[in-house]
Amino acid sequence: MALLEATNVHGGYGGMNILNGVNMTIDQSDIGVIVGPNGAGKSTMLKAIFGLLHVNEGSILLRGEEITNAEPTVLVGKKMAFVPQEKNIFPSLSVQENLEMGAFSRKDDFAHMLDQVYSFFPPLADKRNQPAGELSGGQRQMVAMGRALMIEPSLLLLDEPTAGLSPLYMAEIFERIITINKAGVGILMVEQHAKQALQIASKGFVLAAGQNRFTDTGENLLNDPEVAKAFLGG
Amino acid sequence: MLSNTALKEMILIVALVAAMLLLVSVMGSAYGVRVLVEASCYAIIALGLTIQWGYAGLFNAGIMGFVALGGFSAMLMTFPTNPRFWESDLPGELGTAFLKLIVGVLLVVAASQLHRLKVPRKIQIPFTMILGAVVYFWVINSFAPVTGSIVREAGFIGGFGLPVWVGWTVGGILAGTVAYFIGHICLGLRSDYLAIATLGVAEIIKAFLKNFEWMTRGTLTVSPLPWPVPGAGEVGFIMARALYLSVTAVMIAVIFFLLHRAYNGPWGRMMRAIRDNEISSSAMGKDVNKRRLEVFIFGCILMGIGGAALATFNGIFDPNGYLPLNHTFLIWVMVILGGPGNNIGTLFGAVLVYVVWVMSEPAALALLNAISYLGDLWFAWEAPSDFSSRALQARVFSIGLIITLVLRYAPKGLFPEKVPQHK
Amino acid sequence: MNELVFFLNNVVISGLVIGSIYALGAVGITLIFSILRFAHFAHADMMTLGAFFAFFLTAMFPAVGPAIGLPTAFVMLPIAMALTAVTAIYLDKGFYKPLRKHNVKPIVIVMASLGVTLMLQGLIRMFMGTSARSMYIDDRKDIYRIDLPFELASRPLVITDPQILLFVVLIVSVISLHLFLTRTRLGKAMRAMSDNPDLARVSGINTDTVVKVTWVIAGCLAAAAGTMLSLDVTLKPDLSFHLLLPIFAAAIVGGVGHPYGALAGGFVIGFAETLSVFNWAVLLRPFRDYLWFDLPSSLAIVPTEFKITVPFFILLAILVWRPTGLFKGKVL
Ligand SMILES: Nc1ncnc2c1ncn2[C@@H]1O[C@H](COP(=O)(O)OP(=O)(O)OP(=O)(O)O)[C@@H](O)[C@H]1O
Ligand SMILES: [Mg+2]
Repeated sequence: MALLEATNVHGGYGGMNILNGVNMTIDQSDIGVIVGPNGAGKSTMLKAIFGLLHVNEGSILLRGEEITNAEPTVLVGKKMAFVPQEKNIFPSLSVQENLEMGAFSRKDDFAHMLDQVYSFFPPLADKRNQPAGELSGGQRQMVAMGRALMIEPSLLLLDEPTAGLSPLYMAEIFERIITINKAGVGILMVEQHAKQALQIASKGFVLAAGQNRFTDTGENLLNDPEVAKAFLGG
Repeated sequence: MLSNTALKEMILIVALVAAMLLLVSVMGSAYGVRVLVEASCYAIIALGLTIQWGYAGLFNAGIMGFVALGGFSAMLMTFPTNPRFWESDLPGELGTAFLKLIVGVLLVVAASQLHRLKVPRKIQIPFTMILGAVVYFWVINSFAPVTGSIVREAGFIGGFGLPVWVGWTVGGILAGTVAYFIGHICLGLRSDYLAIATLGVAEIIKAFLKNFEWMTRGTLTVSPLPWPVPGAGEVGFIMARALYLSVTAVMIAVIFFLLHRAYNGPWGRMMRAIRDNEISSSAMGKDVNKRRLEVFIFGCILMGIGGAALATFNGIFDPNGYLPLNHTFLIWVMVILGGPGNNIGTLFGAVLVYVVWVMSEPAALALLNAISYLGDLWFAWEAPSDFSSRALQARVFSIGLIITLVLRYAPKGLFPEKVPQHK
Repeated sequence: MNELVFFLNNVVISGLVIGSIYALGAVGITLIFSILRFAHFAHADMMTLGAFFAFFLTAMFPAVGPAIGLPTAFVMLPIAMALTAVTAIYLDKGFYKPLRKHNVKPIVIVMASLGVTLMLQGLIRMFMGTSARSMYIDDRKDIYRIDLPFELASRPLVITDPQILLFVVLIVSVISLHLFLTRTRLGKAMRAMSDNPDLARVSGINTDTVVKVTWVIAGCLAAAAGTMLSLDVTLKPDLSFHLLLPIFAAAIVGGVGHPYGALAGGFVIGFAETLSVFNWAVLLRPFRDYLWFDLPSSLAIVPTEFKITVPFFILLAILVWRPTGLFKGKVL
């Protein structure tokens, strides 16, 4: 059974629909990458999956269970985590407190997860008592991902995890994402750096005007001249 | 065929007329006309609020202050001159004090511009502040003896004996000026700040009017204020009040006409766009704040004029008579119940709420007497001596309850705003 | 020397007392502002309400205090705080939460809170009448006169029992609040929600619980402030009227959303008030022979009748020059 199955999703912010029938399937072993032009509805799709936006039509299933329009608190309980595109940290809280907030829903002891996140993102370990708002952009992105990992998610939604990062940092983040995925976390992410992201993707979705334009493996999309011409800049 | 809304509005208006007829038949027509005149003054004030809140979403929590300024101005401009003041040496002394005030202000303003003469800020700012403090003490200490002897020897400075329309106009100007300063400071910030600031300014205006006895006689009150139409002594109660009513009615008609034109024109369209966040302040920047300042000032001018007309009609200026409940919250109820942004609705709300308000006092007292009578009869329960003053507090509670309920269940009021359609 | 004692009594002690009251109120305002994002106008009336709960409890069990040796109303304070906190939660449930669910503009909730103000005022006066009452029923207010160990100071420092208790309450509240916000899961969640409400929701923080906790804290602090003030002066139904503007000014001076700033803001406003209405001529009198001007009998910056102008002008000044407050609160 697929980890996440979104079929024919329609939705918007009140007025007009932004999503006009998006389909996506992610398995536990997948890294799914959503690419597409600005304003295509990529972020909107992630928000719709995470219950932050009303879905008017279509359905979203998590391991076969209906989660359309479920509250985020409920989804966190079902081991889904989401890292928004911007404003994805608590700036006045320390790094450690940011991570603790990620574990808010956990009633058990999560000390081992803190250690794990620190060993995973070593720069954070030294800055654990510093307000997260004082970190560099790359470090903030790590805090944001670390926060999401605290619940030991089985599905991780990432909205442009490499936005604004240098190519070196970007490669590092992608590497981390692969490691997370290898540990058994299904990943669905939106990426602006389409070529690099599709290289690590097992599934790729090209979104335009709120609809799937192409859906295939990352490799096939990279090699598809039509996709390359229209969306990957030649 | 009548549409549903038109039918509803017809029914509401018929109900209002019925309520008014009931009032007149119970309390007599002289009283009925009086209530109508007062309601019409409140309607002018409420129209001021409906453009602030309904057109622009600006929250004025200090209507009372602007109403009181209007009343003060009506008193100061129109009350007969006080010969005991003018025939003494006091005007000269007061003039000297004002002269010192002007000199002081000029000095401080000049000091605050010293940086233009290349005086470093580090010196200029402390210097200005110290100078300001010295000037402040100098000025208040030159006013204190004069104002003291005015109160002792002449009571107060009296009015200027000018025509009533001057008093009303100045009332509007005065209210607008205060609105300019408050709006200038607060309108660029979140709307909560305007609410806090207006709430504060109303209390401060009241404190000044109450304590500047040399200008207002304070708690001693000033009466009778002259009317713009022949008084009861000349033409009888009903006729005099009816004449007064025709004056306020004409004013309302003029305001209506002006508002209608503005609302349906480009200015109104822009105001609505700002209110509904269609134009974000960041996109339009200062222009948005300027438009909002205009609305705020204009609304407060209407409040000042309405307050002036109200004080003149009552014939008395009493700073202690201005209460947030009657002069701020009651007006809110009129506007949000009637329909913010809908002028007819506001007018309707003003008359309805005022009539109900006036009738609620005897009703509450009658209910109360019945309760204490029955309580005594059945349970030998003795009502506390201040029972009647307590019972009137039920009205405070009801006003609060109505505000919260209307906001929740009928946020558009009885007469929802009719936004004109543009192609 | 006596002049100095007069200054200590009228400015330092009074400033500390009224500053503590404002601080307790302002912290509540600022927490509500940062979590619920609206200016809670009914806050001063929540303070009055808390004092009235304490008064009712005192009237019901007037013998408790004398038995312990503390003012009865003070002994009853924890119960009054709990009652106020519960009331606050239900007021939210009845009047603010439905509006939040409708996604109205924050200013509409501000308006509703003014409606709640009127309801509370009406209810309190219906039950209690409009006159002032003493919070002491079976006991008396202790007043301590401390003689200073100086030759020239013949007048004593004066401080009352409730004033000392007020400082205790303030210190305990501030320390507990600090520990709560920095050490507990819910406290951190409160800070997180004030930082970034959307992310708090995404992180699985139960925002309803955080809102409730906010009301509990604000209600408790309000009840404490109202009760202690009424113990020190008298219980008046229009208590709130004199508190509303100063506590808002304190919260804004401190920087909205900044609890420690609100604390500081409370004292700034409190001292500004006492310093402004203080008669400086008293301090200058010993030097009267050396002054080049005649000393007026009264040399206060602001006459007492105009005390209300002090917080107002401080508020305007801060809005003009530094709208984020002294401690960089949220820019709104
Ligand atoms: N909060 C919102 N309210 C209303 N409309 C929104 C909101 N957020 C986004 N939109 C609209 O939805 C559309 C899709 O936005 P979305 O953020 O999903 O784009 P995107 O594909 O993520 O673009 P980008 O690559 O720039 O992040 C845009 O037209 C945008 O204007
Ligand atoms: Mg996006």
